[in-house]
Amino acid sequence: MPATRPSHLALCLLCCGGTLFVASFADATRLRQQRAGATHEMQALVRQLQLTDLCLFTEARYTRHPSQADLHSAFQEHPLALEHFPSGSLLLPPAILSSRHERLDREAEVPD
Amino acid sequence: MNVWIEKQKYLIDFTLASLARRKAKNLGLLLVYSLIVFLLASVMLFTHALRQAANELLAGAPEVILQRMVAGRHDLIPPGYLERIGRLRGVQEKQGRLWGYYYDPVVKANYTFMVADDRLLAPGTLVVGAGLARTRGVAPGNLISFRAYSGKLFTFSIADILPAKSELVSADLVLLGEADFRAFFDIPPGHYTDITLRVANPLEVRNVAGKLAQQFPDSRPILREEILRTYESIFSWREGIVLALATLAVLAFAILAWEKASGLSADERREIGILKAIGWETGDVLRMKLWEGALLSLSAFLLGYLAAYVHVFHFAASLLAPVLKGWAVLYPRFELSPVIDGLQVTTLFFFTVFPYAAATLVPIWRVAITDPDAVMRG
Amino acid sequence: MIELRQIHKAFNAGRENEFRALNGIDLQLPAQRVTAFRGPSGSGKTTLLSIIGCLARPTSGRVRLHERDISGLPERFLTEIRRRTFGFVFQQFNLISGLSATENVMLPAYPLGGDRHALRARAEHLLAGLRLAHRRTTRVELLSGGEQQRVAIARALINEPPVIIADEPTANLDTALAREFMAIIEQLADAGRTVLLSSHDPLLVDSSLVDRVIDMRDGRIVAAAAPAGDGG
Repeated sequence: MPATRPSHLALCLLCCGGTLFVASFADATRLRQQRAGATHEMQALVRQLQLTDLCLFTEARYTRHPSQADLHSAFQEHPLALEHFPSGSLLLPPAILSSRHERLDREAEVPD
Repeated sequence: MNVWIEKQKYLIDFTLASLARRKAKNLGLLLVYSLIVFLLASVMLFTHALRQAANELLAGAPEVILQRMVAGRHDLIPPGYLERIGRLRGVQEKQGRLWGYYYDPVVKANYTFMVADDRLLAPGTLVVGAGLARTRGVAPGNLISFRAYSGKLFTFSIADILPAKSELVSADLVLLGEADFRAFFDIPPGHYTDITLRVANPLEVRNVAGKLAQQFPDSRPILREEILRTYESIFSWREGIVLALATLAVLAFAILAWEKASGLSADERREIGILKAIGWETGDVLRMKLWEGALLSLSAFLLGYLAAYVHVFHFAASLLAPVLKGWAVLYPRFELSPVIDGLQVTTLFFFTVFPYAAATLVPIWRVAITDPDAVMRG
Repeated sequence: MIELRQIHKAFNAGRENEFRALNGIDLQLPAQRVTAFRGPSGSGKTTLLSIIGCLARPTSGRVRLHERDISGLPERFLTEIRRRTFGFVFQQFNLISGLSATENVMLPAYPLGGDRHALRARAEHLLAGLRLAHRRTTRVELLSGGEQQRVAIARALINEPPVIIADEPTANLDTALAREFMAIIEQLADAGRTVLLSSHDPLLVDSSLVDRVIDMRDGRIVAAAAPAGDGG
């Protein structure tokens, strides 16, 4: 009854896991090729528009373009913005600041 | 050799049978263990791929950007600066850029307005990023209005949407013609946001920057290598924050594993005694336990890593994104090009598999080296 | 075959609660005999069996097996000798719960790494010989006391050792089961195995099965009696 032997089952599963592990590297190569089109397109866009930053953090201008902003002025754009110093991730901006800003937001006339 | 393999298989048989006796507990342990590996691996894979993407994509950014500073803040380049740069050795091309931010109170998001000279946009038309189009719910041909900082309402028609595939660099972009841009932001002719310079020879970049800094004491040259370094450090500390928080989970798990591994139950002690009494060597008992630790931690590593791989590269790291994206409203949808750092994976492997295997061994060692006659005395 | 000389065994040596279990045992045990150690609890029977079976080392004294001094051997060799020479039937049976009867019987052969089919066949053959064929896949904690003991006997026999050591084998059995056990032991002895028992059960010790009875008290041998006229 070698088929039911637990050690065979376990070693088989481990081998499968190991194969999948190796396969993940192969899959990564495949995906890279598949997504190369997007990469080229973005590279072209970066070159054409002379972009300097990834569009990852749009919450404030110094987070939208971290490489272009003067780094030491917190909460410039949006009081709820995530500061990109470590303290900013752990401390919320003062509530009075956000509540005041949100009221301003509401009172502001919506253009369309 | 065959005997050795056969013996290891016997030891695995036994260790599996004894794991199966406490099925719920051991499956729970495996699950928690895998979850921790999953978390760590996800963060590692994701940030590494992002770092690589930043490197790869921003390699095409301008070599030098000249920013003017007024009282320590970024300000517009006044007329004449572009001409005053004159001919600098090694500079292939210099150009004034026009770009700026606009806060859209409708969706509470920030957009980046930018002049795209070579797109030849007709006056009154825009090209917007796919992320913006999604957030604002607009399609080509639609009209969109923005209230300028001057208070005037501008209405544009959307000519095109940038390809969705490029969201990682373009999600929030609003491209418009120069005349429209100047009218909207009320920037007089001759003023620019900053100046970009193309330098072909990488060795010349620092020279050029040095000359610029000398010529324009009120300005700050930003080098492309600084941009790349900025991204390097941003992702490193974001990864660091997540990993620091994850450390708590790891420590909690370490306590759990230590408890489980070191707190040998009376049953287990008795079993080890029996095994020794019926002819198992101390080494056999240790090997058996080593297999237990190895099987459990290897399975956890493989499960966790594979889940993390699928999560990050096939499901766009949907669980991690909230941690890394902050409080933004407009967030790009993008598929990362998978880059796996072998060293990182190896580090993860060593830090997850070996400590557990070791933790199971230490207490067993102490029990296993005692004389087996305890079983006789019951 | 087995020779003990001036065996002493002390537990917790040098401490306040020092306990001297054996005080100078000299003994010769020939092969192919059924020998019973008799004595009240605490007399040192079990400790002596542990030392003979290489489960424990004497505090002082020499153990010789087949003319070879084994008391100073490192643990690995001692284990090897134990595996090859002795099969144990413990008082509490000491089966590993959660495993089937067959798996329990196979356990002592695991470190040898032999062919699994052959091993399983041997285990099942042994179980069948002890009328346990129908229980071979049952988990041992579900077996009755008598069945558990027979599984333990089969386990003791799996590596085909020449010596069987049984500690208080009938202590947990009723009379019928004890007689059944004795019948099994008789078969083993007839097949040429040396059997060492410890017991204070008269049913066992006084039976014709036992060739030699060694009386023990306070860690010493009191007398070596030979019941039923059989020399010892």
